Amino acid sequence: MSLISLSIITLFLPLIGFTVLIFFGKRFEKIYLFEVGILFAALIISILIAYFKLTAYINQDLIFAFTWIDFGVTPLIGEFSIDLGIKIDNITVLMLFVVNLISFLVHLYSIEYMKGDIRFTRYFAYLGIFTFSMLGIVLTHNILMMFMFWELVGLSSYLLIGFWYEKDSASDAGKKAFLVNRVGDIGMLIGILILFTNYHTFTFDEIYAQIAVGNLPFDSYAWLTASGILIFMGAVGKSAQFPLHVWLPDAMEGPTPVSALIHAATMVAAGVYLLVRIFVMLTADAMLVIAVIGAITALVSATIALTQNDIKKVLAYSTVSQLGYMVLSIGIGAYAFAFFHLMTHAFFKACLFLGSGSVIHAMHHEQDIREMGGLKKKLPITYYTFLISSLAISGVPLFSGFLSKDGILAGSLAFGNLTGHWLLPIIGFTVALMTAFYMFRLVLVTFHGKPRNQEKFDHAHESPKAMTIPLITLAALSIFIFYTPNPFNSEAGWVLSDWIRTPEQVVPNEVRFDFMKSDAATGQSEITHSQMYTDAAHHAHYPAMILSLVLAGIGILIAFMMYVWGKIDSEKLKTKYNSLYKFSLNKWYIDEFYDASFIAGTHKSAKILAWFDYNVVDGIVNGTAALGRFVSMLSGWFDTYVVDGLVNFFALLNGFLGLSLRRIQTGKVQTYVVFVVFSLLVLMFFFRPF
Amino acid sequence: MEGFPIISLITFIPVIGMLVILFLPKEKVQNIKITALAATLIQLVLSVILMANYNYSAGGIFEESSFQFIDKFRWINIEGLSWIGTVKIDYFMGVDGISMPMVLLTSIISVIACISSWNISKSLKGYFALFLLLDTGMMGVFVSLDFFLFYVFWELMLLPMYFLIGIWGGPRKEYAAIKFFLYTLLGSIFILIVMLGLYFSAMEILPDGQRVFTFNILTMMDQSNYTQDGILSPFNPNNWRMLAYIALFIGFAIKIPMFPFHTWLPDAHVEAPTPISVILAGVLLKMGTYGILRISYPIFPDITRELAWYIALFGAVNIIYGAFVALAQKDFKKLIAYSSVSHMGYVLLGMASLTTAGINGAILQMFNHGTITAMLFLIVGVVYDRAHTRGLNDFGGLASQMPVYTGFVTVAFFAAIGLPSLSGFISEALVFIGAFHVESIRVITIISTLGILLGAGYMLWAMQRVFFGKLNEKWSGLQDLEMREYIMFIPLTIIIILLGVYPSLMLDVMNTSVNTLVDFVSTNFTNISLGGL
Repeated sequence: MSLISLSIITLFLPLIGFTVLIFFGKRFEKIYLFEVGILFAALIISILIAYFKLTAYINQDLIFAFTWIDFGVTPLIGEFSIDLGIKIDNITVLMLFVVNLISFLVHLYSIEYMKGDIRFTRYFAYLGIFTFSMLGIVLTHNILMMFMFWELVGLSSYLLIGFWYEKDSASDAGKKAFLVNRVGDIGMLIGILILFTNYHTFTFDEIYAQIAVGNLPFDSYAWLTASGILIFMGAVGKSAQFPLHVWLPDAMEGPTPVSALIHAATMVAAGVYLLVRIFVMLTADAMLVIAVIGAITALVSATIALTQNDIKKVLAYSTVSQLGYMVLSIGIGAYAFAFFHLMTHAFFKACLFLGSGSVIHAMHHEQDIREMGGLKKKLPITYYTFLISSLAISGVPLFSGFLSKDGILAGSLAFGNLTGHWLLPIIGFTVALMTAFYMFRLVLVTFHGKPRNQEKFDHAHESPKAMTIPLITLAALSIFIFYTPNPFNSEAGWVLSDWIRTPEQVVPNEVRFDFMKSDAATGQSEITHSQMYTDAAHHAHYPAMILSLVLAGIGILIAFMMYVWGKIDSEKLKTKYNSLYKFSLNKWYIDEFYDASFIAGTHKSAKILAWFDYNVVDGIVNGTAALGRFVSMLSGWFDTYVVDGLVNFFALLNGFLGLSLRRIQTGKVQTYVVFVVFSLLVLMFFFRPF
Repeated sequence: MEGFPIISLITFIPVIGMLVILFLPKEKVQNIKITALAATLIQLVLSVILMANYNYSAGGIFEESSFQFIDKFRWINIEGLSWIGTVKIDYFMGVDGISMPMVLLTSIISVIACISSWNISKSLKGYFALFLLLDTGMMGVFVSLDFFLFYVFWELMLLPMYFLIGIWGGPRKEYAAIKFFLYTLLGSIFILIVMLGLYFSAMEILPDGQRVFTFNILTMMDQSNYTQDGILSPFNPNNWRMLAYIALFIGFAIKIPMFPFHTWLPDAHVEAPTPISVILAGVLLKMGTYGILRISYPIFPDITRELAWYIALFGAVNIIYGAFVALAQKDFKKLIAYSSVSHMGYVLLGMASLTTAGINGAILQMFNHGTITAMLFLIVGVVYDRAHTRGLNDFGGLASQMPVYTGFVTVAFFAAIGLPSLSGFISEALVFIGAFHVESIRVITIISTLGILLGAGYMLWAMQRVFFGKLNEKWSGLQDLEMREYIMFIPLTIIIILLGVYPSLMLDVMNTSVNTLVDFVSTNFTNISLGGL
């Protein structure tokens, strides 16, 4: 069977699961196992696809497309149609595996985690439709189809965030997520429209082929930059980049396995995946915008993560921050590391979230880390997997996060060196320090020390196997050996040297960064674009590695000094820098700002326009009607008193005259004869001949 | 299909049903209902047969030979009437790719509305008689190719609607019915005047060589048929064509309803009984946009090109303004009514683009809005039947109480929001693709995209207020859907999903005609110098 048919099967399997569960969920209690089984099948298939693609077809992309809507020969732009299709390249199969693996593990985990929920099968159905939509994003070969699945993951995200809709906070969060994403999607839609208007196709490869031959949107570099940035807006929404990051922390209202799957590992990474797909058409200006947004996001959310007390909120802001890294990485041209970090992050962040779910499960839905402590003994498996993942995200050697994050940091250093934008690496390294600190703050406060809530501590117990197996699997995948034989050099590994290859950009040389201009040195084995960039990256490699190691060490050290050894009193720091602490704790007051400006403004406009509609627009209608009635009343009066009055007047007059004249009508012949004779005489007088 | 008057049958089957009902004694409630249902079902079956035999490659629009299923004969024939001369009016019906989707929509919505009328108890006989008359009026509008006939049906539909709202409506039914009637009548007067103007401008050559004035819409589309000095003749160097276009447009715009002529709609919807709201939103509104495409566009291509920008502007105003006002509503039904205003704005925007994608999107949006909004009004009806209130803030937590109902609501709401894989997305996307393509209205299009955000806003907020949160104890007795409601919801849901996944089912029907129309409008009536307004 061809890889294309296999990928179509794996795409539709979860949809079948969804359909079956929605229609038969009520009747069969155990039907959720069907969905779990289907995901297992999808996982196996995606492993097969990845295996064959990365061995037999490693240098060959497979494309399958069909005409979805055919407009025939149109009067204005000639023949055009809208295609749907699948493209399988190395990125696709890796992503396919990541999504299916995490989705399967989350399914497995959820069997125990969601046990006893009143809408248990519905939950699995939603997971099914989510997986389907996510796989659609991964497999598509055109941007319209990506937009469609993009919106569909938005739907499943909405449904799952608001899964416990009885809570107002949950339904609020679902709505917020959908709407904030739509803001980004509008930008993406306009970007897509620009591309279609110029190229009459939605297919990535066809668009890039046109750009490569110098066919620019509206014949200008500015529009090429603009379309890149507009499409990036979609990623800003979905990958929770500043200033649209506000929905993701609220999304933690959803069940924790959902947070792991959708709001940490896969869906939020779809934005980065989109950037990977459109990387080749990004101009230098667009890339700089993307890099700056990524850096701001990484920094802002890391500062917020420092002070949060909800275990899931810390992880949520950490996710936003790491997504910021990936976006930054695309912006500085470190394409391969962006995708690599997407993968490694997917595993360790899913592990962290599932670990937090295990803690929450054990603590009977307590999420405040100030109520925890000492859980290491009670939850050993959760603790060790959580620790491994924390080491990974903090960038400690031997773990996957070190490999990918180090690449990004080295890239940013090289970028600073090549372009003079030194603020980007500075932010990058600062965030690395903060990440190590807040992750270890989380680990130490939750698992070390003495229990702060004895009662809840006493009831805590390690989670069942269905929950720990996913934890162990994901923690194992956070170890370097799966990616490279040399724990200090990711480029030596198969992922970066064989599987992920940075494509040549298609934008004209004039609007590329100097270091991305094409030159002959771009060989198969290199992971960067030009000799210049390769050299800079190699130069940056050791300084970046050492610096990031030192910073991670410092971060972890400070966490230990604060929360284990008591050398630094965190309470004192809080009072000393109270305003800063409040600023961080309240998330920079961004939500408050949005509520007061956009949300309130929209509602106010709605009220004003509704008032206008009732009183002015409809007022004119009713006024016209009233005027009509008034005029008709007036004419009625006129009719009664003037027109009819006149009629009656004449009638009366006639009557009067008649009454007066009837005196003459005596009925006596003699009188008439007298009249006649008299009249004759009068007439004869007038018509006398003389 | 040769010789079989299928179009006439589709149009008049409801009237036959009406006559049967009028002869039934009013106590035979069940018989009356079944007669009505049978009439609409036969109409639907015939429409499906029509669709199955429809030739996708025929263009229609301006060419009689490429219209299909034509029924044509001389209807009124008065010889030598003093100064007017000979009056010859045809009974002329047929379908092309623009009317075919509307015929199908009308018959589907009629069946659904008929089922939805099952619970009507007040003077049932009159209700169903009027209902069927309304059905004929609507169908007639969509298949008429003679302006006079078109106008007769246009007016015919008005009368039953007036009584259906005025007698079977809510508390302010008289106000709403009169407002609807007078407003539409005002529009009709504009249409009538333009119709007469066109009549005295275009002449048809009869087989015997005689030249007579005509109401034939297709004749009016050919500039060689106009007399030199006819009042609306393109050769006449005055401004009457522009004025006539605007008048005609207003006549149709009231029906759409286009801002600022839309305020009859919320009142009519709120007061009308559920099935009538369904018909109103599902079919009646489309008559306005259909009229523009069938009559204004091909008869006045010159003016259409000149005023397209304004049509787009009004489309954008409808989208944004309707969405904002919808956001402020506290009444479920009013919210849906204003969402209709917003969604019909997409139709205007797509039409104004004068591109294949845009007009395909517009017609598809007419069909999709018909099915989606019909479902939304049924949804309001379900909850109103049970709770006797429509206040959005009176509810809460219905998702737990009525899960199946909530499932259908989710489909309909997300279709209205424009979620891909449901039908609303395709039509909106095509409208945007088409409109963005035209440089002059690009900025308007970009502003209009705000509508998809606002649309999601008011829909999701309504969803949250009615279905989420803790169940209001007052409603713990509400029952989930019953069989009759399933029968209404399931077909609509299937259509919504089917056209979302495979829109070519409908697009292929209309595409040839749309291409013909676009070509016709952009190339005809070009060599005429008009006196500027």
